[in-house]
Amino acid sequence: MNKTIVIVGGGAAGLEAAAALGSSPHHVLILEKENKTGGKLKNWHHLFPNFADASEILKSLEKTLPLNNSEVKYNSDVFKIEQMDGNLIVLLKKGEKIKADAVLLATGFDLFDAYKKEEYGHGVYKNVVTSAELEEMFAKKTFPEQLKDGTPKKFAMVHCVGSRDKKAGNMHCSKLCCITGVKQAIELHKYLPNSSVYNFYMDLRMYGQHFEEIYQEAQEDYGVKFIRGRVSEIAEISDGRLQVKAEDTLSGRPMKMIFDMVVLMIGMTPAASTASIAQSLGLPKTNAGFLAPLHQHLFANETCIPGLFIAGTCREPLSVQESITDARAAALKIIEWLKLKENN
Amino acid sequence: MEQEGKKRIWSEYQKEIADDHYFYVRSCIRQTFFPGSETTFLRILRDELSRDVYEDARHTTCTGIGYHSDIVPFETIMTIAARHFALMTEAGYVNFVPSCVTSFGIYTEILDTWKHFPEMEAKARDFLWTATRREFQTPENLSHTSDVIYKFRNQLASSSKHQLVNKRDGKPLKVVEHIGCHYAKMFPKCGVGGAEFPAVLSGMIAAWGGEVIDYPERRHCCGFGFRQYLIKANRGYSLSNSKKKFESMQPYQPDFIVANCPGCTMFLDRWQYTIAEMEGITYNESGKGIPVLTYEEMAGLVIGYDPWVMGLQMHQISVEPLLDKIGIVYNKKDKYLGSKRQYIGVPLQPLFLLQ
Repeated sequence: MNKTIVIVGGGAAGLEAAAALGSSPHHVLILEKENKTGGKLKNWHHLFPNFADASEILKSLEKTLPLNNSEVKYNSDVFKIEQMDGNLIVLLKKGEKIKADAVLLATGFDLFDAYKKEEYGHGVYKNVVTSAELEEMFAKKTFPEQLKDGTPKKFAMVHCVGSRDKKAGNMHCSKLCCITGVKQAIELHKYLPNSSVYNFYMDLRMYGQHFEEIYQEAQEDYGVKFIRGRVSEIAEISDGRLQVKAEDTLSGRPMKMIFDMVVLMIGMTPAASTASIAQSLGLPKTNAGFLAPLHQHLFANETCIPGLFIAGTCREPLSVQESITDARAAALKIIEWLKLKENN
Repeated sequence: MEQEGKKRIWSEYQKEIADDHYFYVRSCIRQTFFPGSETTFLRILRDELSRDVYEDARHTTCTGIGYHSDIVPFETIMTIAARHFALMTEAGYVNFVPSCVTSFGIYTEILDTWKHFPEMEAKARDFLWTATRREFQTPENLSHTSDVIYKFRNQLASSSKHQLVNKRDGKPLKVVEHIGCHYAKMFPKCGVGGAEFPAVLSGMIAAWGGEVIDYPERRHCCGFGFRQYLIKANRGYSLSNSKKKFESMQPYQPDFIVANCPGCTMFLDRWQYTIAEMEGITYNESGKGIPVLTYEEMAGLVIGYDPWVMGLQMHQISVEPLLDKIGIVYNKKDKYLGSKRQYIGVPLQPLFLLQ
């Protein structure tokens, strides 16, 4: 035995897959492009639906990393993978080549670049922030000073920014932004109890366990308002607050409101860093541009390349919980594959 | 307001603007509304920038107003556009420069349609041949006249006589820029700076020393809207749109408004008079209204052209307060002289917008 398994990406899926492979006799090498593991999870404050501390989840994932047979190589940006004599050769940008018996791509996702929705003025109006930036404010407690003067504040959460939007080039639903908007609305209320939070949505997809409950809780216990309608444009007024124009499609009327801050609920898009790897192997992609599995139902973690597996958000938008489960499934498939390879 | 964010957006919308040899097509309404603007454009291009600009007297209306009012069918307007391209081809030009934003939008729409539906272009060619025995090449470059002035803004700034600066306190003049909807809202890639934060006029203002005001209703339509204005019963819509903009820009106390569309310049100017007469409201502290200029007029003032030769007396809102702020010396008596220095008469005084 003692095969080499390379995991590309040290986020939630990569870490969990390494932990799950810990009981195997194989050598597990995580290639992390940054100087620390955690991926997007390390920038998050609390996770829906139970407001779990993201840093605690990350610590747990890192703690379970087996010390005996695993290794993390930091600042290791993979740009290409080649097939050679039944093995896979992983090429790093810094010139190194690593031979692997199996490779798991856990390269994660990119956040939609909100500036592409120019009408919302992200990057132009300083009080227009993304959900990721708000999360960072929660984590680092770096709220703008004007929000802390004790007067009631008004927040708008704009859903589906860059998701289900043909104009933005993304037809897919990122599925997690709805519940993130509800979670962050509650957190804003907790942080600034006198504030009013308005969610502008197309429809709310509360698909997961306990999602519907916190959606109700947001309305009943925190007075969060939900307006069915997309925001057409945002403009800054003279005191730096924001004028938001939208249509309330339930009442059939256009509306114009002033907010202290607008939060854009940005979706998940395929990671740009994954594209060159996929291209080098000729890996097919889904319509949304994520890595396509061999079979959506039966072989969700396998690919058309023998020995190459995928897990987590590089294959579709997934929550942290779903990514972890997905990573375990992928690990199991890798062990099966290596056994099969040895027997053959 | 973060300028870096705007610059990032602008970097995505840098269009190619021809450098010389323009086939110039006039607007049918600008010549009535601001008769000196198009002449000023030609004067700037020919005299200040030594550029070659060609005009053909056989050029007609693009029929855009009829098209947007559902009177002129697409096949008809397409054939008329084809005829104008034929005039350009016959004259040996490839750079097509319309003066009107509606026309610019029409030509952009037609060229884009032909790109995606070549059979439509074939149809237009067939109609034009049947009707006139003419053939044409599509333009290599289509730019609006405001694009052309934008292109040369820094060159004009280097030889300017005046700046958009208040002579009394040395501060930049606060300028509202209004972009015609048909300039970039339909095809953002065809406008300098795109549709949300267009740079075509703000670029001129910044180059000439002014300060652009970004007020909440900046992107809102002026209210012209073709059917809103053309049908008399709908004119309240047109007026209320302009009113919304005036109320939104008022707290910033703009020194003047500049627009690149005939309808916008006309209505932002004339509706101030209408609102003043109807409600006794004016939108600046002096009660004289906010002067409205075309970009050619703004350029002409910066260069040092005589305001009355440029036809600024044709504006509803008097421009004298603005001229005084910039420090432009003008002869009050010349205001009411025509192109041949004949006396053209003094209009009646409005009740509220006192001159």
